[in-house]
Amino acid sequence: MNDQGERVEVTSDRDVVRVRQLVRTAAVAVKLSLVDQTKLVTAASELARNTLVYGGGGWVEVAPVDSGRRKGIRIVFADQGPGIADLDLALTDGYTTGGGLGLGLSGARRLVDEFDIATAVGEGTTITVTKWCR
Amino acid sequence: MTLNADEAARFAALLEENQDALVSAWTDRVTTSLRGRLSHAELQRQTSELRRGFQQALAGTAQGISDAAAAELRAQLSELSASRARQGFSATETAVSVFAFKEAVLATLDSSGRNDATTLRDYVAFSSFVDDAALFTFDSYVRVREELIADQAEQLLELSTPVVKLWEGVVAVPLVGTLDSARAQVVMERLLQTLVDTGSPYAIIDITGVPAVDTQVAQHILKTVVAARLMGADCIISGIRPQIAQTIVALGIEFGDIATKASLADALRYVLAQTGKKGR
Repeated sequence: MNDQGERVEVTSDRDVVRVRQLVRTAAVAVKLSLVDQTKLVTAASELARNTLVYGGGGWVEVAPVDSGRRKGIRIVFADQGPGIADLDLALTDGYTTGGGLGLGLSGARRLVDEFDIATAVGEGTTITVTKWCR
Repeated sequence: MTLNADEAARFAALLEENQDALVSAWTDRVTTSLRGRLSHAELQRQTSELRRGFQQALAGTAQGISDAAAAELRAQLSELSASRARQGFSATETAVSVFAFKEAVLATLDSSGRNDATTLRDYVAFSSFVDDAALFTFDSYVRVREELIADQAEQLLELSTPVVKLWEGVVAVPLVGTLDSARAQVVMERLLQTLVDTGSPYAIIDITGVPAVDTQVAQHILKTVVAARLMGADCIISGIRPQIAQTIVALGIEFGDIATKASLADALRYVLAQTGKKGR
């Protein structure tokens, strides 16, 4: 179902803006509600910035998905960075190693319907999120 | 295939002998490709200058566009692409202006009845010289456009962060677009300076025009509010639309005791009520 997937390399702040625009366009195309569009765009913004800041850059792929019953958007964020040593701690509200609010990762998880994270120390992090139309 | 000295000299002579026919044929072709967006007289002037540039480069036995003898030609081409880029012509339209020279030369060769094998060889070499010139034009076109974009981005940064006086003692910052670190810095500086300049005790930050509020944007806003407070000003955040409110809740961002309002009007009313209470 990744036939129309679009990939963006994330290496600078500008790319985070591009990811956001790409996600918004895709979300409008599958007719997500305005609230869900905003939630997904915000989650994408958080995770893309994490890819950039903590993962040292990587790529983001945005693709429409169709379960047969409903449509949605799936976004993959991948980096080859240091990985996350303690996932539970990283997913705790307010925990940060970078001077932010510490809500990016945990908040993004609450903004999407499906959240999957694969990480290993020294091997990078891949996060896959999905938002379905209601 | 580069031009050798003999070929260059032969073409320099050809360009000199047939200059009027060449310029006129070249100008006609360029005029057609630009569909009348530049006047014929203007193009005639440009092509005749370029013809002289090419002729002088070849007379100085330039074998390629990067030779020292072609320095003046390069300057002319850079100028041409810069003016085309500023006037909003596409890269193709700009490059075609140079490519059309080849057709004009070919037409001149045809009409003078020179169509033997030597002329063909000469023409191919000359043609690759013009191709290089066109590529050079293309490169400078792209460079000029990039400079234009960089300039505009800078201007946008300046433009998009006004601080307006809304009422006696109330200033407002209407934020529009993406709030990245660079812009947040500009906004904060402007706001704090305006607070000092106007002696305003209230500042309203309006985020109606911000498409998405993520943790970075929220953090920038919070920092600005804290900085304004340190200077003795109260900040109100307005323009929080329903979808933004739900996103902020889901993210878990807390605005603490900072007053937030749905619209700028509500925020102003709130401020006026506050000042009324204090019986200023």
